Amino acid sequence: MINSRLMKKKSRQGAGLLLTILLFAFLYLPIIIIFIISINNSTRGYRFEGLTLKWYSELLFNFKTPSSDLVIFREAIFNTIWVALRSTIIATVLGTIFAIGINALDKKRRVRMMVLNNIPVVNPDIVTGISLMVVFTLISFSLGETTVLIAHVFFSIPYVVLSVVPKLKRLDPNMYEAALDLGCSRLCAIWKVIIPNISTGIIGGALIAFTMSIDDFVISYFTSGIDFENVSIWLYTKMKNPQNLNPTLYAYNVLIILITIGVILFISLKRDRKEKQK
Amino acid sequence: MKKRLIVLNHVKKSFGDLTVLDDFNLYINENEFITLLGPSGCGKTTCLRLIGGFESPDEGTIEFDGKVINDLEPNEREINTCFQKYALFPHLNVYNNVAFGLKIKKVPKAEIEERVMQTLKLVKLEDYASRSISTLSGGQQQRVAIARAIINRPKVLLLDEPLGALDLKLRQEMQYELKEMQRQLGITFVYVTHDQEEALTMSDVIVIMNEGKILQIGSPEDIYNEPKNRFVANFIGESNIFEGKMIDDYWVHFCGRDFKCVDKGFEEFEEVDVVIRPEDFDFVPPSKAKIVGRVDSLIFRGVHYEINVIVDGHEYTIHTTKYREIGDKVGLAVEPANIHIMKKEASK
Repeated sequence: MINSRLMKKKSRQGAGLLLTILLFAFLYLPIIIIFIISINNSTRGYRFEGLTLKWYSELLFNFKTPSSDLVIFREAIFNTIWVALRSTIIATVLGTIFAIGINALDKKRRVRMMVLNNIPVVNPDIVTGISLMVVFTLISFSLGETTVLIAHVFFSIPYVVLSVVPKLKRLDPNMYEAALDLGCSRLCAIWKVIIPNISTGIIGGALIAFTMSIDDFVISYFTSGIDFENVSIWLYTKMKNPQNLNPTLYAYNVLIILITIGVILFISLKRDRKEKQK
Repeated sequence: MKKRLIVLNHVKKSFGDLTVLDDFNLYINENEFITLLGPSGCGKTTCLRLIGGFESPDEGTIEFDGKVINDLEPNEREINTCFQKYALFPHLNVYNNVAFGLKIKKVPKAEIEERVMQTLKLVKLEDYASRSISTLSGGQQQRVAIARAIINRPKVLLLDEPLGALDLKLRQEMQYELKEMQRQLGITFVYVTHDQEEALTMSDVIVIMNEGKILQIGSPEDIYNEPKNRFVANFIGESNIFEGKMIDDYWVHFCGRDFKCVDKGFEEFEEVDVVIRPEDFDFVPPSKAKIVGRVDSLIFRGVHYEINVIVDGHEYTIHTTKYREIGDKVGLAVEPANIHIMKKEASK
């Protein structure tokens, strides 16, 4: 009796373990495969011909004799990062200002503003992309880098607001007034007292904005016109012949993954240290 | 004659449909410790925020040192505030919290350091300068908040229930220290509280407020001994309040008997409220007493017993150091000077 119950328990645990392994394998297998392809000597991903780092050095260091493919790819990477950086900065500044404004409203208006803020977040990208394209065309704004940048700012702001508002809510409502009381002007009070105390929310919002921008395909595709390509658009045009994909793409992907892991580790370590101090 | 530092003239303030203050008039003298006392929602905090500049009045004027300051920003007023939950800056340590005001005013660094250390000494926190705010206890945070305000040498310090979050022992200690500090610094303190004991202990002047109106202004002794109406009597300390009638000057009728008193100037048979403080009753032998009743309940309160005596259906609360058994027949006496006659409130 006891034995069979123990068996049951063991088999249940075994099933749980198996499921966990399967789940993580499913999540991480693609990343592992990309990594393996990125250090594969063959130009064709499905045949393994020995280890190499040449795709990384090709991507990062070959400026003398790059193939025309690589030149275009590099430009796409530059475009992606340059748009992401600018849209992150603009969206973070504007989103923080909006959040502070929304937080200062009375409760009824605040709730309404938050609903207005959240609608673009749940709106499908394809709707946002198409409607932005229509708007830009209607006001005869020629599609290109600028329209992509504006679109990225547009869809990033609500995420910054969502990240900052909870931090503001947790502040002592008198803190702003205390700063005024001690001689600050309104702007100085926001700069010296409010901003430092919501900085984690601002940084969190900026990270989301940056990730969203790097990640985006649909909205960029509809707002970029024909002259502007970021990585995802470039990839999309390449997908017609997937066999011809340059392996430097996999190197790029692995680098992005490594940077992401680095950032996540850095932030969580920093948070741990801060919590330990308290 | 003391100088009037702050004058509120016919001030009206509403939030939406709710009128918090209406035709509010108050003046505050220099170097006074004045307390606004009332139940929550009576408008006392709003009054403080108007003086501090965090709200502006809908009607009326606020004068400071002879000048109308309605439109001055908080940072343009020689007034500092100690907020209810301290509102310290968690991203700065104790030193930088206290130094904040001086840094904004671009005071030279050496002077800032001297004044911060001096002020921290005053609030007994000189060893805590480099500590983070979150490591301080409630009482210490309270002191930082006070230091942060008084370092700017304001003419007026506004305090919004600053001791509300502290435990009883610490609160009593801080009451004493605040009073001492006010005397040392010569700053006008405007103090808001709903705690009547706190008000009586610290204030030079108490302003009793209810529903946006001032009911009585006076020294703690005046307010305690001569409450103007039923509300004040009830709010300040425990009271026996009876409905009575003036029979003549110096004679009042209540609880079925006539008593001598020290008040006059009422109309004949005017309905009045009669207040007798629980500690003003004396026990006398029943044979000699005008009021005779039976002890209904007895509670030991430390310094005194609280005894309820039923006399012809009326309940009397008495504070006394003398012990009586429940059910004892007792006689009560009260000095004419301790019978306070108040006009009936017009509204009720």
